[in-house]
Amino acid sequence: MKIITSISSVFLGLLVGALILKISGISPLEAYQVMWEGAFSKPQYIAYIIIRSTPLILTGLSVAFAFRTGLFNIGSEGQFIIGALSAAYFGVKFHYPAYLQIPLVLLLSIFFSGIYGGLAGLLKAKFGIHEVISTIMLNWIALYFSNYAVMTEGFHRPYTETSEFINPTTSITFFENIKPTNQFWSDFFRPPVNAGILIAIISILVVWIILNKTTFGFKLKSVGFNPEASRYAGINVEKKMTQSMIIAGSLSGLAGALHVMGVSKNIAILAAHEGYGFDGIAVALIGSNTPFGSLIAGFFLGTLKYSGQKIQSALDAPSEVILIMIGAIIFFIAIPNLWRKKS
Amino acid sequence: MNDIIFLFSTTLMYATPLIFTALGGLMSEKAGIINIGLEGLMTFGAFFASFIALKTGSPWTGLLAGGTAGLILAGLHALASIKFKSNQVVSGMALNFLGTGLSLFLCRLFFDGTSMTPPLSLDNKLPTFMGQYVTIYLALFLTFFIWLIFNKTVFGLRMISVGDHPKASDAAGLTVSLYRTIAVLASGFLAGLGGASLSIAIVSNFRPTLISGQGFIAIAALIFGKWKPESTLFACLFFGFSQALVIFLGGKENLHISSQLLSTLPYFLTLVVLIGFIKNMSAPRALGINE
Amino acid sequence: MIALELKNISKTFGTFKANSNINLQVKKGEVHAILGENGAGKSTLMKIIFGLHQPDAGGEILLNEKSIKIPSAHFAIKSGIGMVHQHFMLIRPFTILQNIILGFEPRNFLGFIDYTKARNEILKISKSYNFNLDLDLKIENISVGMQQRVEIVKTLYRNAELIILDEPTAVLTPQEIEDFYRIISNLKSSGKTIIIITHKLHEIKEIADRCTIIRKGEYIETLDVRSTSEEILASKMVGREVNLKISKEDKIPGEMILEISNLEVKNDKGLLALKNFSLKLARGEILGLAGIDGNGQKELVDALTGLRRVSKGQITLQKKNITNLSPKMIYHEKLAMIPEDRQRRGLIMDYSVKENFVLQRIDQKPFSQYGFIITRELNSFAELLMEKFDIRPRNKELKSSELSGGNQQKIILAREISNNPDVLIAFQPTRGLDVGAIEYIHLELIKLRNQNKAILLISYELDEILNLSDRIQVITEGVASQSFIKPTKEEIGLAMGSGK
Repeated sequence: MKIITSISSVFLGLLVGALILKISGISPLEAYQVMWEGAFSKPQYIAYIIIRSTPLILTGLSVAFAFRTGLFNIGSEGQFIIGALSAAYFGVKFHYPAYLQIPLVLLLSIFFSGIYGGLAGLLKAKFGIHEVISTIMLNWIALYFSNYAVMTEGFHRPYTETSEFINPTTSITFFENIKPTNQFWSDFFRPPVNAGILIAIISILVVWIILNKTTFGFKLKSVGFNPEASRYAGINVEKKMTQSMIIAGSLSGLAGALHVMGVSKNIAILAAHEGYGFDGIAVALIGSNTPFGSLIAGFFLGTLKYSGQKIQSALDAPSEVILIMIGAIIFFIAIPNLWRKKS
Repeated sequence: MNDIIFLFSTTLMYATPLIFTALGGLMSEKAGIINIGLEGLMTFGAFFASFIALKTGSPWTGLLAGGTAGLILAGLHALASIKFKSNQVVSGMALNFLGTGLSLFLCRLFFDGTSMTPPLSLDNKLPTFMGQYVTIYLALFLTFFIWLIFNKTVFGLRMISVGDHPKASDAAGLTVSLYRTIAVLASGFLAGLGGASLSIAIVSNFRPTLISGQGFIAIAALIFGKWKPESTLFACLFFGFSQALVIFLGGKENLHISSQLLSTLPYFLTLVVLIGFIKNMSAPRALGINE
Repeated sequence: MIALELKNISKTFGTFKANSNINLQVKKGEVHAILGENGAGKSTLMKIIFGLHQPDAGGEILLNEKSIKIPSAHFAIKSGIGMVHQHFMLIRPFTILQNIILGFEPRNFLGFIDYTKARNEILKISKSYNFNLDLDLKIENISVGMQQRVEIVKTLYRNAELIILDEPTAVLTPQEIEDFYRIISNLKSSGKTIIIITHKLHEIKEIADRCTIIRKGEYIETLDVRSTSEEILASKMVGREVNLKISKEDKIPGEMILEISNLEVKNDKGLLALKNFSLKLARGEILGLAGIDGNGQKELVDALTGLRRVSKGQITLQKKNITNLSPKMIYHEKLAMIPEDRQRRGLIMDYSVKENFVLQRIDQKPFSQYGFIITRELNSFAELLMEKFDIRPRNKELKSSELSGGNQQKIILAREISNNPDVLIAFQPTRGLDVGAIEYIHLELIKLRNQNKAILLISYELDEILNLSDRIQVITEGVASQSFIKPTKEEIGLAMGSGK
């Protein structure tokens, strides 16, 4: 049922996009053709989409995971920043060989972003502060803190608004040296393809196992469905909420870390939020809050965002039509009320 | 003395858009509908206000257009959450994407592919009165007006009943959906005014980073204000003041605090204050619940 | 003169027929009872009369002998129909005055609410019926009995001639019930027509003139109350002979197993809900805790199960101090519970039957190992319990929300018994169930008692307490007041009300 809702909502969203373009005097057929070709006509495009989708899959997974415990993680944005900051910082500061450096930096990023996410859970558990409010605050605190950190001596790259580049052994762009003879794969590996997507897929699997096969997931979902009955059944609801937010935080933080280690290699001063967390909410909703749904929806959103840029240059059509489409899709998902009802 | 005046006016300047928008959120939530889409509504209002003010040369028409734009977009939220009984958080979230997307899309369409509207000339902006933008007086008046609605009028009594116990309102012969719809539309109008008060008074154009999170701060403010117009006003002033403090302290050269770290102050303070007053006991009882 | 007449009224929800071809005739100035079991369709019928539901095509409603359609509650109110719902329709943060005028507010020349005018009008009504209301109190601060009076004044303020009361005495103290009977006779003598929906037989005998019986959505018959016995009313309501008394043999209780001494517990508002409360429970007995809703029962159950902090006093189970242990630890000390509200507290409605069976025990072998769930074990456990407790339909994969109330309650009972508890706390175990399910649950409780388990039965239904208990403790305002062995109903009723 949920899959049908998602698919028909996506279809309707694309239709709304077409309508908006049409009204604006832009041929929707042409626009969608440009997008389609801009996404799939060359192997390197596909590679770029994968790069683009990786953080979205993980922030989507993060939001979806918290949703299953009945929590609305608007804080994915801030957790992403903390993950990125940690990865950049330790990536600059540590000089270990890759086999040590990469796991260490990843673990530390997960650790700090997990704590950051868990903080919102703790504030809810201990003081009854709604996670929507606390995570909004934490998002801004993360942003300004990261901006502050970028400018600290020894981390700041002089004469720029960015940090130093991470130590090369922190990089997860393992495929740089692959030089396939096959034309397709050689084109595919031309963009900075990195191992992030593999880690994202592993995360999807792990979360799926947690939610569906473990007693831990059983209790998390039980809290999400009905906290009161869970409390009667002896489940420590507050603890489960905090744990859920820790995991959600570390997933978003992982997205940030992988982005630094695989794509940007450093972090910069941010004037505003980059929107990875918000896009994660869209991914979770389109993927009906399931791990595999997040994977597919993450790719879908990544494709839209990547190929959407191309109508700007090719047709002079505003690429923000993508945002309108996403909004419309979420709107249609909201309507049939198939989304889990809160008790 | 100058410092105090500076802090005072900067506080009011930052608080004004928040007051409008938080009052909007308050209307909607009092009637039992969560409106997490205030950010999108503000953005939409900000764009239309600046667009119409440019086209007509009248900032007042622009202000009205900003409110109306918010109202129309909020109509989608009303449709989804009242008529179709959708999950209010999800449809509110859709507004955030739609509001931002539509504003930027239309901006590029109307202004040669740029994501900023051209600046308004000084006489095309909203005027100031006694050294402050007129919007602050409007915001204060609206706070009083909404207080009056809530406490003295038939409409207010019914609207609050609908947010507390819709079945009881239904049994009293009231059309629940009517009151909720009016409240959500009003919230769109007010959030639109909030956006407009930024784009045609405080600054002189619309740009993508103009709103950046203030719609969400407005939600925090109304929770902070325990769902009362008068306390919500103070919550907004508190936010405005802490922003003003950041700018004020940032301007002091002998103070060796990073301006970035200072910027976290309002958010830290909010968390600390929220910890102080444990649980949202005064939330409307039927908030977010359909039927 | 006929005040209200229904002819062939039916109401279908999807495929479910809540009402089929109901006929009803209510005479002007009489008190007419509608009698039926839980789920018989009484409330649906009343909602049709009050305009909250529309009947299927084909029937007819006559008000004062004129055929009408009632499209909305607003129309019903305008036509002189008033309704007091079972769950009061009151806005808690509003004052009594605001609640009474809601929807029919007088206005002054500014368009604001004219509270002075409203107040005078209401005071006039209040005086003529002796209601004694302080109009400026907020609903959240007044007693349930007073809330009901507010509801009745509301109908009078709107000039109702026909007043429908849905299960009016369910939440009242015996004293309040007496007051209520007095109010009804006052209303009757001033010419109002009253319809009372109930499943309580003695209530009908007390105040009704005539009584219409509904069973499984169908009209059975209308009887004159004075000339009909309670037994006949009962058998007509259920459709077969009903044994109003359940038979159980006397049993000598065993050793004391649960001891509660000098307990102090606070309610959500931070006020003392239990004051110096003491109780002892022995193996092989059913101890009934009788009391009106809101006298500390909820807080007692919460304290016993570890969900609420005990500020003073002690709870010992099998000589072990279990005061303020976590719910999980108390569960493992073999204290089981049937919670008051099965859908909110007893079950995860979105979980399947088999998942609900292991809610507390998922961490234990054989249901899991190294943190992983062993589905095979969940399946066989579910099959076993569903067979043993005859839970229908026999499908362990169904969501709990897809089962009937009686079967949902059986899931909880099965789950709690399967842990082989020493003590079972049954809190309103038959709430909202039909007679068949009630009998089943009652027999199971007696079976457990005969197996030498200790049972603490907490119920607001005096009949249930009297039928099942070996010993009865009355709780009034958080105090264990009087205790009885085989008392009469009057004795208990008096004790329950005496604290107030």
